[in-house]
Order: sequence, then C-alpha cells, then structure tokens
Amino acid sequence: MGFRAAVITFPGSNCDRDMACALELVSGTAPIRVWHGDAELPENLDFIALPGGFSYGDYLRSGAMAANSPIMRSVIAAATRGVPVLGVCNGFQVLTESGLLPGALMRNASQNFICRTVPLIAENTQSTFTHAYAGKGTVHIPVAHHDGNYFADEETLDRIEGDGRVAFRYTEPCNGSRRDIAGVLSAGGNVLGMMPHPERAVEDAQGGTDGRFLFESAIAALV
Amino acid sequence: MKVRILVRLKPGVLDPQGRAVHHSLDGMGFEGVEDVRIGRMIEMDVADGTSDEALNSMCEKLLANMVIENFTIEKLETAGAA
Repeated sequence: MGFRAAVITFPGSNCDRDMACALELVSGTAPIRVWHGDAELPENLDFIALPGGFSYGDYLRSGAMAANSPIMRSVIAAATRGVPVLGVCNGFQVLTESGLLPGALMRNASQNFICRTVPLIAENTQSTFTHAYAGKGTVHIPVAHHDGNYFADEETLDRIEGDGRVAFRYTEPCNGSRRDIAGVLSAGGNVLGMMPHPERAVEDAQGGTDGRFLFESAIAALV
Repeated sequence: MKVRILVRLKPGVLDPQGRAVHHSLDGMGFEGVEDVRIGRMIEMDVADGTSDEALNSMCEKLLANMVIENFTIEKLETAGAA
C-alpha cells in the first residue's frame, strides 16, 4: 500500500488542491480528500494535511472556527496518537487555534498581505517533516498571508527553541514573527505548522522545488 | 439576556492594526492621540440563567484566543425586565 494521506477541506480553503497535487506528485499516491463536516477521518492514515486558505472567511480570527469544526476532533485525536499532521498557512492558524501547537498567528506587522518567495532555514533537520533539509542551507519557499506574525510569550519561545521545536526560521524579517519563526513542531514532533507553502514549490514550473524536501521527508519517514 | 463581550489584546502584545490607525489619525492632523488598541465586541442573546461558567467557556474556547487576548463579560438587561 502506498502513502495514505488525507487533505482536509474547510469552507474557504483554497490550497487544498495544490496540497493534494503535491502529495500525489511526490508520493505517487493521490491523497484522500476529506470535508470539514465529516466526523471521522479515514482509518490508518500516514499523514494529514490542513491546507492554506481562508477557512470560514477568517471570521472572528483566522482558523478559529475551523479549529472547532467536527473533523478537527478526529484530527486532534489522530495527532495525539502520533499521526503526522502538517498545517500550512491557514492550516498553521488552525493548529494553533486548536491548541495542537503553541502560540498564535497575528496580523502581519506591516499590515500588508505578503506574497513572495522567502528565504528560510530548517532549524531542526531531525524531524519527520524536515530531515531531508539536512545540509541544504537556505531554501526558498513562497509565503502568501495576512496573518503570519507568529506570537508566543518569551517563556514559550525559550521552551520551544530549547526543545528544537522551531522547524523553520526566516533568514530575514518577513512578517514581524517573534524570533523570525516560520514553522513550529509539537512536543511530540508529529505536528508541524508553517506559514510558507511547500506545496507551491514542488516542481520546476512553480519556480523552485525546495518544498519537495518536506514531502520527501515525511514519506521517507513513514513508508 | 443580552451579553456584551469585549475581547482585547493583552497588554504587551503589539497591535499592528492599532498602530496603523494611530498613524492615520496623526496624519489626519488629530493631536494628542497617545495610543490606539483595537479589540472586538461581541453581543449575544442568551437564555436567561446562562451560567457564568458557560459564558467563560465560550470566551476561552472560541470567542477569544487566550494566547494573545483577554476578555470581559458584561451582562446587559434581561429582555423584558423592569
């Protein structure tokens, strides 16, 4: 059996198809598409992806309503069992709102929507999601967000830094994020939230392929 | 019962929107504005007798993000009360 992944679609998700295409391109197996109102995830998943977009129109706060949608109870249960969960952009916001990851994503310090390819380094190259970044140095992956300004209190920041849970860091200031944090891992290492879009950097036609390493990492770790 | 909930950024959390509005007010020539913080007001009609515990829980679980925000709950007059 191939790599059994699921991509969750919330009302207002708009990177779900890109995420599904990237997973299929890299793994060779099309992921299962899951709707937010479904109560249960498919069984025996190897990987769950929460895509970018504007779930519920970003009403109240980005990701807040999606974090409380029916499917998220199953996602939280799966994450607790150790299933790898990747949240990109709005998916990252959903993960922080759901409590699976620490901190919060606030409005960009510049107030502007930021849409460009940014330089990043993988700070942790041991994780399920990032081990293929070892030795790659600075990589380039697109961001496209209005609310990507990562915030956590100093104590939390010190703790996640100390525990190697900063997965990615911008190499230059991007959106006002504390300590230029671009991606954060859960304590167990099986949940990653990141603002940059690896699914938009998996084939040459997209202008770069540095996002591919993330999917290759996850697939190599599991198959 | 009408309930008014005010959600505000915690002290010390940078408020980019407030800062931008402050900047605009300065640019419009209004003097003496020292700080601007933007929050959110949520008004709800809830059943009379809804417990404080339930209201707090609504705020903590959805209406506010406790990482960055505080909230206050103000109960307004009960509909039809004298």
